[in-house]
Amino acid sequence: MTAPPAPALSVPVRLGLIGSPNSGKTTLFNALTGLRARVGNYPGVTVERREGDAWVEGARLRVIDLPGVYSLAPLSPDEDVVARLLEGRLAGVPPPDGLVLTVDATSLERSLVLVAEVLRLGLPLCLVLTMVDELRARGGSIDLAKLEDALGVPVVGVVGHRGVGLGELRRLLPHPERWSRPPLLPPSEPRERNAWLASVLARVLIARPGPSRTTEAIDRVVLHPVAGTLLFAGVMVLFFQLIFAWATPAMDALDTGVGALGETLRAALPAGLVSDFLVDGVLAGVGSVIVFLPQILLLFTLLYLLEDLGYMARAAFVVDRLMGRIGLEGRAFVALLSSYACAVPGIMATRTIPSPRQRLVTILVSPLMTCSARLPVYALLIGAFVPPVTVAGFLGLQGLVLLGLYVLGGTAALGAATVLSRTVGRGDALPFYLELPCYRMPPARLVVSQVWGAARAFLRRAGTIILLVSVVLWFLLHFPRVETASGPEGARLALEASAAGQLGHALEPAIAPLGFDWKIGVGLVASLAAREVIVATLAQIYAASGPDGASLREAIRSDVDPRTGRPVFTPATVASLLVFFVFALQCTSTLAIMRRETNSWRWPAFAFGYLLALAWGASFVTHRIVNALTT
Amino acid sequence: MKVVFNEPMPGPAPIPLSELPLGASARVVAIDAGPALIQRLEALGFLPETEVACRRRAPLGDPRVYELRGTQLCLRRSEAARIRVRPR
Repeated sequence: MTAPPAPALSVPVRLGLIGSPNSGKTTLFNALTGLRARVGNYPGVTVERREGDAWVEGARLRVIDLPGVYSLAPLSPDEDVVARLLEGRLAGVPPPDGLVLTVDATSLERSLVLVAEVLRLGLPLCLVLTMVDELRARGGSIDLAKLEDALGVPVVGVVGHRGVGLGELRRLLPHPERWSRPPLLPPSEPRERNAWLASVLARVLIARPGPSRTTEAIDRVVLHPVAGTLLFAGVMVLFFQLIFAWATPAMDALDTGVGALGETLRAALPAGLVSDFLVDGVLAGVGSVIVFLPQILLLFTLLYLLEDLGYMARAAFVVDRLMGRIGLEGRAFVALLSSYACAVPGIMATRTIPSPRQRLVTILVSPLMTCSARLPVYALLIGAFVPPVTVAGFLGLQGLVLLGLYVLGGTAALGAATVLSRTVGRGDALPFYLELPCYRMPPARLVVSQVWGAARAFLRRAGTIILLVSVVLWFLLHFPRVETASGPEGARLALEASAAGQLGHALEPAIAPLGFDWKIGVGLVASLAAREVIVATLAQIYAASGPDGASLREAIRSDVDPRTGRPVFTPATVASLLVFFVFALQCTSTLAIMRRETNSWRWPAFAFGYLLALAWGASFVTHRIVNALTT
Repeated sequence: MKVVFNEPMPGPAPIPLSELPLGASARVVAIDAGPALIQRLEALGFLPETEVACRRRAPLGDPRVYELRGTQLCLRRSEAARIRVRPR
């Protein structure tokens, strides 16, 4: 990318880029601004704000990429922001000096309704007909000169990703005040407006585009009741595989790399508190942020690729009926499935759901899907306490218990979605509709910019919170400090004296009914950083050494309560702890990404609260039942 | 609220779009819904006299894909039932 010229002293011309979804708006934005978009949120709402600079003849243009809308009637937050911004009613954001409206040339017949609405705003307007090559290929033809004449505004035909028509557009952009303005605005009264639409179409549409043969041919398979369902299942397995298995080597490599870096750092620094803090607090915190990157990059590459290709809309169409039964819609499926690997990319994937209420419900139930961070905890407890026997001849009991935990989480998510969509998800004004765009090979640059945007949003917004909490937890686990002998026993004593250790003791009355003692309490506090941290913390508490986990399994199996003389980990306690981890939102990263995606602490707090209540209640009942059965 | 766009015209009686057989086409007559839904369906192209064809059905029967004004749009039964069309 060439370096931009020195900033102009004058205020740049501000241009709003508006258009319906799939109209080539983002491709045009990237073509005009390069990949230099600034991403943020509009004040007080979760609507994403994207702006970038375009340089034309040494002049700086600020291009505002407005959310894709079918209409300016504000039914969704996106549409509300667009309508308010354009009318100058959005605090702190003045209306743009001019509007660039992108319309897919092959769907001009439909899009003219939006054109009429935007014209009525009275702002300088330039109409950009995108995908004119596709229109021609499908035998369609539009008279651009007559369209310009009929609307009274400049019209440019472009092929965004090939740069066709961009030169002409660039020459127009710096001077919105010189754009031709319509002598008369389209009528607002429906009947008159419909007559206006029909008369414009009759004048400009020389030939209607035929159906896209490629799209028809692909859809005969993709939307076929049997083949389409099988393909859907295949793609979902691919998603699952991608985040669950293929991201793991990269995550392990990052983990090892951060560990090695820590050792190097520890060796280079004098031993003591500072080195401990830098290695175990800060570096481990940074590590726990970047370890998510492989999953996020892989998931979003596949997600955006399939979205831009046109497949995601078809997938949502295939599965919509099933999701409708729990009050959600087809587009929620991918997010929930991704949450089986990790709720962080899963929650980020809810961005494809246009209805804010549906999106919120999907976000709130996603932590119930059994994520991969629970596996080490399940593995430890099942490995230590469930005998490795086979039942019914060939089924391993340990595997059955693990499957049961997955099923419990999935069932709870379905139940929670059903309840939440009838309570917090109620009153949605947005009806369900889904456009099935023509299949198009997205330019690599478009996919890269979207994936990079998602990764950057995660690092900036969620990463800082995760890092902060990791550092705070380090302090809780290491202060106040007591002088202890070195070795595992010393580490155990230091942990018991720390704030986290005291917190574990303080928690005991609340968790005793679940069968947990203070040691599990400390583990629960530490697991707030990430669920699997409880394994390392328990290892520290039990002064267990050895990386293979065998000694920890042995230690928790033989631990005896000094007051009662009974084992600490009774079958009832183990079952109760497993159930607790099925429900509880023990994950700062999930809370941070919820905060980022809902733009408020209210919903992460709600999710934490309702899941904690569910976890406590379910663990309590489990403990009682198993206790009654085993004593 | 009920908005009738057109005067009655000859031909078969109007039916809900959700009842249009797979593969058949029809013309939009009216939308029986609140102003917000009418406005949105119009923005999606369901204007009076618009020709609409039912193209596909999801594996579980609902939703369905309709073709209109050069686009393919997927609607659930609940919304499609609000659009009255006159089969051709």
